[in-house]
Amino acid sequence: MEDKLDHLTFETIEICLLAGKIMLQSGAETSRVEDTMTRMATSLGLPRSHSYVTPTGIIFSTDGAEPAKLIRITERTTDLSKVAEVNNVSRALTSGAITMPEARLRLREIEQDKHTYPIWFQIVAAAISSGCFLIMFRGGWYDFIPAVLCGGLGLASVIYFQRIVAVKFFAEFSASFLLGLLAFLFVKLGIGYEVDKIIIGSVMPIVPGLLITNAVRDLMSGHLVSGISKGAEAFLTAFAIGTGIALVFILL
Amino acid sequence: MIAQLITSFIASAAFSVIFNAPRRSLPQCGLVGMVSWAVYILLNGSYSTVLATFAATFVVGATSIVFARLYKTPVIIFSVSGMIPLVPGGMAYDAMRHFVENDYNVALQLAAQAFFISGAIAIGLVLAEVLNQMLRKVGSRI
Repeated sequence: MEDKLDHLTFETIEICLLAGKIMLQSGAETSRVEDTMTRMATSLGLPRSHSYVTPTGIIFSTDGAEPAKLIRITERTTDLSKVAEVNNVSRALTSGAITMPEARLRLREIEQDKHTYPIWFQIVAAAISSGCFLIMFRGGWYDFIPAVLCGGLGLASVIYFQRIVAVKFFAEFSASFLLGLLAFLFVKLGIGYEVDKIIIGSVMPIVPGLLITNAVRDLMSGHLVSGISKGAEAFLTAFAIGTGIALVFILL
Repeated sequence: MIAQLITSFIASAAFSVIFNAPRRSLPQCGLVGMVSWAVYILLNGSYSTVLATFAATFVVGATSIVFARLYKTPVIIFSVSGMIPLVPGGMAYDAMRHFVENDYNVALQLAAQAFFISGAIAIGLVLAEVLNQMLRKVGSRI
């Protein structure tokens, strides 16, 4: 009997950690991750659990005799639909619509899932949004095509460089450098006219918007450690983009 | 104006594709972005940029909370794509450019302004959330 109970608790902890891990890796806010984990634990019969979430790891303890568990998060991407799906699973589990084995199965599936959109589609989306941003920032329609091309190149090279070097700073730096070079080239060739507007528009897809939002929300909800580290990450990204563009100006 | 509205809708929706938002919430993401941009350009004419950004992000926060309730999806999906156009990227870029050209006076001015705009974005989002929590608490007490 004792053994069986322990086994059950162990599985509960595993499910909660899995849910937390997927959410954190996909770019959810800290408070949402902690909240989801505690809720799931409560509905599975562990009402007094504690979770401590930072951007690089999760510590989860059940307030019982079991040792606290730790999960290390090394890779972080942005995949908001995974956040939404885990949220749905936790909702269904709390309301009793699905059982624990079903929840675990669905979480495993979500973990294995690929991104909702293929990479080429994301690059196309980045390109189109760059063109739209150009118009929103009062650029002329004559610069639309250059902005579209620069924006596509920007995101594509961030993704490519991140595959060959693990340092995110370098990937963003070289992507914005390439993007700036291409924008200058267009203006030199007479295809584009306002180099400032083209660069501003096409840099928008790699601006750390999600990180800034998350950092602020974490700070305001009292998760000071994650808020500050996410803020630092956002600042580093912005700095990388800035230096990449600045280098173009210095060289040309 | 119409071109601005259409482009802001497309830009926000395309942005939520980059963030891998669920397929069925793409139109709502675009709508949040369009509403916020409309508020921003309407106010930016007569008031300061900081105030316009603050009002626009407050609208983003409020509409995202409503959408999150309606569609039972996390708030962050809507608020991120809505606030992206308001990020002072252009101003930060101008500041950087002046720094590189050794024009520190103008650069610092622009950087300070960009900093205040980011602060306004933060306050707008937080205020919407705090108001939501307050309303919920007061509502449950009655």
